[in-house]
Amino acid sequence: MTITENVPGPSTGPERPLATPASATSAAGTVPAQRRERRTAAGGRERLVVVGNGMAGMRAVEEILERGGADQFEVTVFGDEPYGNYNRILLSNLLAGAETEDEIFLNTPEWYADNDIRLRAGVRITGLDRYARVVTADDGTVTPYDKLIIATGSRSFIPPINGLIGADGELPGGVFAFRTIDDCRSMIGFAAERRTAAVIGGGLLGLEAARGLQTYGLAVHVIDAAPTLMNQQLCAEAGGILRRGVEALGITVHPGARTARILLADGAQAEAEAGGGGEVGPGRGDRGAGPTHGGGRAVGLEFADGTRLDVDMIVVAAGIRPNVDLGLRAGLTIERGIVTDDQLRSVDDSDIYVVGECAQHRGQVYGLVAPLWEQATVLAEHITGTNPDAAYHGSKIATKLKVAGMAVAAMGLKDAEHPDDEVVRFVEPRRGVYKSVIIRDGKLVGATLLGDTARSASHIEAFDRGLPLPEERLQLLFDIGLPAADVGAAEMADDAQVCNCNGVSKGKIVACVQGGVKSVPGVMNATRAGKGCGSCKALVKEIVEWAAGGEAEEDPSVSWYVPGVPLDKPALLAAVRERNLRSVSAVFAALAPGGREDAASKMALTSLLRIVWGGEFVDERDGRFINDRVHANIQKDGTFSVVPMIAGGVTSPDELRRIAEVAEKYDVPMVKITGGQRIDLLGIRKEDLPKVWADLAMPSGHAYGKSFRTVKTCVGKDFCRFGVGDSTALGVAIEQRYHGLESPGKLKLAVNGCPRNCAEGLIKDVGVVAIEGGRWEIYIGGAGGAHVRKGDLLATVDSPDEVMTLTGRFLQYYRENARWLERTYTFVPRVGIEKVRAVVVDDADGIASDLDARVQESIDAYVDPWLEREAPATPGQFRTALPLIPLPQVPVR
Amino acid sequence: MTGPTAVTATATATASEPGSTAGHPGAPHRLGRLDDIPVGEARTFAVGDQQIAVFRLRGDVVRAIDAVCPHAGGPIADGQADADVVICPLHLHVFDLATGESTSGAPPIGCHPVRLAPDGTIELTR
Repeated sequence: MTITENVPGPSTGPERPLATPASATSAAGTVPAQRRERRTAAGGRERLVVVGNGMAGMRAVEEILERGGADQFEVTVFGDEPYGNYNRILLSNLLAGAETEDEIFLNTPEWYADNDIRLRAGVRITGLDRYARVVTADDGTVTPYDKLIIATGSRSFIPPINGLIGADGELPGGVFAFRTIDDCRSMIGFAAERRTAAVIGGGLLGLEAARGLQTYGLAVHVIDAAPTLMNQQLCAEAGGILRRGVEALGITVHPGARTARILLADGAQAEAEAGGGGEVGPGRGDRGAGPTHGGGRAVGLEFADGTRLDVDMIVVAAGIRPNVDLGLRAGLTIERGIVTDDQLRSVDDSDIYVVGECAQHRGQVYGLVAPLWEQATVLAEHITGTNPDAAYHGSKIATKLKVAGMAVAAMGLKDAEHPDDEVVRFVEPRRGVYKSVIIRDGKLVGATLLGDTARSASHIEAFDRGLPLPEERLQLLFDIGLPAADVGAAEMADDAQVCNCNGVSKGKIVACVQGGVKSVPGVMNATRAGKGCGSCKALVKEIVEWAAGGEAEEDPSVSWYVPGVPLDKPALLAAVRERNLRSVSAVFAALAPGGREDAASKMALTSLLRIVWGGEFVDERDGRFINDRVHANIQKDGTFSVVPMIAGGVTSPDELRRIAEVAEKYDVPMVKITGGQRIDLLGIRKEDLPKVWADLAMPSGHAYGKSFRTVKTCVGKDFCRFGVGDSTALGVAIEQRYHGLESPGKLKLAVNGCPRNCAEGLIKDVGVVAIEGGRWEIYIGGAGGAHVRKGDLLATVDSPDEVMTLTGRFLQYYRENARWLERTYTFVPRVGIEKVRAVVVDDADGIASDLDARVQESIDAYVDPWLEREAPATPGQFRTALPLIPLPQVPVR
Repeated sequence: MTGPTAVTATATATASEPGSTAGHPGAPHRLGRLDDIPVGEARTFAVGDQQIAVFRLRGDVVRAIDAVCPHAGGPIADGQADADVVICPLHLHVFDLATGESTSGAPPIGCHPVRLAPDGTIELTR
């Protein structure tokens, strides 16, 4: 035997050493001592040999190169297919004519050359000698390695059906596996002049093959030994709905049909039946390429019940089996795949890594692409030493795809397994919709969605990360209030309007992504999508991710509290407290990159510092939004709206008289009753604000800030014949205690005197409902605006005092923990009502008294801002910003 | 929309030293005093039929741009600013204070060269 280094491909230089003479004369398996020593190739680099040029192997190589691996390793890649590297997932698109061969190739031969990788395409590794540290190829060459990566993937499983494998070990003519680009080419070439085809296998691959063959005008039968299509992912009921969808496309499904034998022409039957089932190995060339094949030519198949199906061609898509022969012969531990540790190394040999479909990690063999990516990353981090602690802990498998034109998402369990498993299921067969989730111990452990996968993103997230689930399980299946996409991004028309505030279409977002902006905040800034009321943000995110095709960039700034300071809220709060930062400019100087101030961050920082420091906050007026500088809400013409405080919506003739007089005196263009049970004077000139406030002689209603605004009430038990509690008095008391408190988002409250919800307490940030027996229910996280959501029940208490305490404690918890502009209807589901209840009601964290004390400090520091009418806080505080424009421009009603 | 003279008079009267040098061709127009503007904020000054928002940035750098947002007429002087940009309060369009270019897709806004005289007066130099 001769030992050669790899010949083709770029050489790394003439000094590259050949194998030692000693090894050249040794037989495989006998190990000269010097062979075990670590030797390195040119430039002090180790020799890394990769067996397998598929998606897993090459992803691992790419990840290694990304971590500077080119300086550490001299890389050689063996692939038994004579090509560069292609995307195997897209073979079904190739078959269906949706993509060309060029489009599915990932790395060209030039790429290998450019990256100094020796590619030996079309060369199959047949032997591995772990002691000699060499691999031998079918062309007789022997290649030494220091580190080896086995990424041999899988091959088609050929079920034991008579006639499926001829005496020569090949598939008969007209029979095809569906695994490689050559398989695909052969099928396409053969299908052209045929009329009927059978696909053996009703899994994902089989259905894709069936759909692909239809494009050539063939009548296609799917022969499924299992009773249910996509048996691996779908329960019987979902499989039935999928079957109806598949049949509607003109594909004939034979469920539970066992194929007894393949019918062959040319009298080859007897000879062929000598062969049983088995596995077709890769690289055997032209199997099934034509009718003159040695194994005969298939003309149909016969089922176990004796019935026959005559077809012109047969595709076998009955599953895959890991290619483990190389490891087996080298004595590595094999179960279903080559068994690896958490670093993806063979448990028997720490110089041999195994990645992809041939690897078995913690009992799992993965056949989907996402886990391969995770494995490749861990492998690369470990082999390059960039993260010696890198460890793979297994992947949770979730699939979202289109099968024969139907959207399918599946993850985890397909059926309940334990008696205590909760199953929530919705089935609408007529529309082909099936949704089912399986919950165990409050965690999502399985979900199947068919026909309508709009909520699959949140399922995958909950499944992957074990997130808390909504108490009302229905929300898992339907969008009943939480922001979410109604239609999948892929299905939307290009001109469909996504952002209804700023008029941004899907097409505009996609164009932005294609223009190179691949992060969600980047696209939002560039297109203004999602920058209005924010209710479309989830859809914008989905479209960006879809348009970026898995290359969406995680923008680290999404976790920052403000865009100009790279810290999330807990870190920002800690820094502000530790470093005693009491003004917005001090925060920028200490914490912003380069000490740079950022206009878009100022309002949020002002709010946060007020929450932290209360009366000790150093107030820089430029840190405030205009509304908070002049304590009124700016209107479209630059005038302002004035809303005096009317606590609980209870006013008096005297107040109404003053309001009426002000409206006349200042020619107020519109007087409007608000939704918050107050009176709004709209179209007031900025310079008139101090005088208006003085004439009203009422405190500010804070209808302009991110702060506690109102408490709506009903008339309660003193007047209403249905009332069971004094909602009016309690609502007035809550508003008087907490009004004006600044918070990450605005706060709108209500108190109902009975469960009829006249004050709308069920859709408020905090809603209180009197119930019979002198008790009160407290709901939090409700919304009745751009999003509609019923609040979650926080607690049922016995007295108004307890309502007051829990309300304040929750408000403080929200103030300290919510993201900027995150309303309670997002905050509460994000944190989870159970967690909020544990902290606020049960004091599980032992912070209840601290929260109570801090909210009391804020209350004590409160000053009515309208008192600035006496002494303006800054020069020209109330000077017009548009001196040459006669205001108001808004219409006078 | 130029306002009636009554409004112009009221507005300019609130600016200090209104139009005091307006009659001298070639002389810089004195807009007002630095002390008229709180740090980090802006105030609008009327010059003839123009409305100019003057920003007093931190470090007492002054910048002047048109007072009316080209997007929907928003009062720019009521916006929030930093060393580089101002954000219109109505729809949050962002404008570069030095060039007038918008980074949020609005049409550009007009810029005016200004300087701070040694006596604390803000002068329009053209």
